[in-house]
Amino acid sequence: MNGLAEILIMLLMLTNFRLLGSSRLPACISTVAFQAVLLGAITLTTAGWRLSPWVIILTASTLAVKGVLLPALLRKAVRDVGISREIQPFVGFGTSVLLGAVLLSVCFIISRPFLDSAASEQSRMLIPGAMFTIMSGMFIIITRKKALTQVLGYLAMENGIYAFGTSLAVEAPFLVEIGMLLDVFVAVFVMGIVIYRINQEFDHMDTHKLTELRD
Amino acid sequence: MNGYWAVFLLPAAGAIILFLTRKNRVIGPVLMASALIHFAAVAYLLSTGYDPAAGSWICPDPPGKLFLAITSGLFLATAGYTTGFLRRDREKHPRRNDTNYAGCLLLFLSSMSLACTSGHLGLYWVAIEATTLASAPLITLHHTPRSLEAVWKYLLICSAGIAIALLGIFFLATAAGEGAGDMTIQGLLGNAGSMDLVWLKASFILLLVGFGTKTGLAPVHTWLPDAHSEAPSMVSALLSGALLNCAFLGILRGHSICAAAGMGDFSGGLLMIFGILSMLTAGVFMIRQTDYKRMLAYSSIEHMGIIALGTGAGGLAAAGAMLHTVTHSAAKGLLFLTAGKLVWMYDTKKISAVRGIMSFDPVTGVFWLGGILAVAGTPPFGVFMSEFIVLKGLLEKQQPLSVVLYLISLAFVFVAMTRLVIPMSFGRPSGNRQRPEAGKGDHSILGPAALALTLLTAGLFIPASLWKVFTRIAAFMGGSGL
Repeated sequence: MNGLAEILIMLLMLTNFRLLGSSRLPACISTVAFQAVLLGAITLTTAGWRLSPWVIILTASTLAVKGVLLPALLRKAVRDVGISREIQPFVGFGTSVLLGAVLLSVCFIISRPFLDSAASEQSRMLIPGAMFTIMSGMFIIITRKKALTQVLGYLAMENGIYAFGTSLAVEAPFLVEIGMLLDVFVAVFVMGIVIYRINQEFDHMDTHKLTELRD
Repeated sequence: MNGYWAVFLLPAAGAIILFLTRKNRVIGPVLMASALIHFAAVAYLLSTGYDPAAGSWICPDPPGKLFLAITSGLFLATAGYTTGFLRRDREKHPRRNDTNYAGCLLLFLSSMSLACTSGHLGLYWVAIEATTLASAPLITLHHTPRSLEAVWKYLLICSAGIAIALLGIFFLATAAGEGAGDMTIQGLLGNAGSMDLVWLKASFILLLVGFGTKTGLAPVHTWLPDAHSEAPSMVSALLSGALLNCAFLGILRGHSICAAAGMGDFSGGLLMIFGILSMLTAGVFMIRQTDYKRMLAYSSIEHMGIIALGTGAGGLAAAGAMLHTVTHSAAKGLLFLTAGKLVWMYDTKKISAVRGIMSFDPVTGVFWLGGILAVAGTPPFGVFMSEFIVLKGLLEKQQPLSVVLYLISLAFVFVAMTRLVIPMSFGRPSGNRQRPEAGKGDHSILGPAALALTLLTAGLFIPASLWKVFTRIAAFMGGSGL
């Protein structure tokens, strides 16, 4: 692990704060897209001598899907449903950022036993960084009301997991990696269709108003 | 390429035919043909005992083979019903084209088959996420607000859950250290002895929570009652009887790797806790249920709890749990298909609005009451047998606390279900109902009848060769390898 990668991971951590603190959906979409670019860069810097054509193709397709295609899809969804702000989430934006700081320190604490037993010279930053990205994503899914913001939370979660996977030298076969990427893409696509339908049926996409089904 | 490729490529080919032809009248033949060919292929592959070269990606382990057989059988049992249901439903919506819907149904079968036959954990993950995506459109046939709400919960909760499971798989790869390149089940079981235990423990917890979300284990089951009650009944039957098993396979594989690494007590203990918690939660939510499909959904949570409990206890209880996957799937397939008929007859899912099924339509009444008694664990049906074997296994393992909680929740669920269902079955038929008429070429009775027969047979007699399969799976989960 070199200095450059550490800087990139710190940037990744900081992007989460922007996700937690911003109410504007377009800004959040750009942030998630920027995370994808960072992930690509982290993969290339940590791959080092392992850099094979497959790694490059995979990084390029990840960038294309997570950095270009999905953000474009989400921006179109924002335009179509005509909602560009998350209003009054369950936890306010200021509080979210503060809780994010708490989450970050929690991530550093819980990743300590793993750092001790991690096999190689894996970064002391990477494990907490990836965990923090995953946790922020989950936090957003739980505390936001708009369906689109929840999709962004899901994407942030996926980004965190991807950061963990690629950088810890988890080498799944190429087809499996492509399959994982395809799944994420189709997942967001299907979610987009459902959001569109919800918007048609209800004239809103506030998931907290979906309360017909409960016990 | 080995024979098992056929079991997920064939249904996918059927789906492509449907997507391309876009004619409502080809749906029936394509669905039936795919179901029959799939069933024949699975039966052939399993009966010949064919095994692909060790370590290939498509290489089912013993529980995978069992769940593949269950999935295939259940799909065949629902195929006739599906065709009839779609045809009847189109009478109300004449201009609708159902080829996409039926195509997704076949893709759902294809992804479940891939999950069962995959011998590589990454590939298994891809397949399980694909099952979510293929089945999401199936839940909302009419785009009603309620069904859209159910789909949204299903998509978001399951996708997030499965993302956690992916993290668990990465943790497992890290635990394997030097052997990280080899994520096949065989490779992982072989490496288990040299794994880093801290990472392995964390990995199992993540796998349990992640795939547990999709399996419907409490407290991460919240999507399940909504999706099961809002989906058309044949989809509910497949979700409950086939998909839950396929998702449980991931937990099961994690458990066997833990057992091979000497951590079987840790993972088994967690499984038992989640299992008992699911049983108790299901009982509590069932007691005041007003919707009979939701009641069946909670019953699925209870039975996945029993399977997790038995698997965690190991030995005889684990073999019983594997028998339970078969009997539960048969019972739940029968019940959901019958519930679908009730929805059509009474046009409601409210328990209080359905009365006198027995005198109104005796065949449906017998299936409904018999199915409920079976699923609640009454002899002589198969569910009683498997629950009894799990109990015997728990007693053998000398787990007094879990035995007590197991029996309490079984009794609780029995009372809760029969209290709701007896008034539905007897008494004077309630108003506002339509007489069920068997349309021409409507074979929807065959599926439930076959499932009922399976259920009854399993309660009376289990062939020794079949029992050997269950004990072999139990040994696999004990960490003995493939």
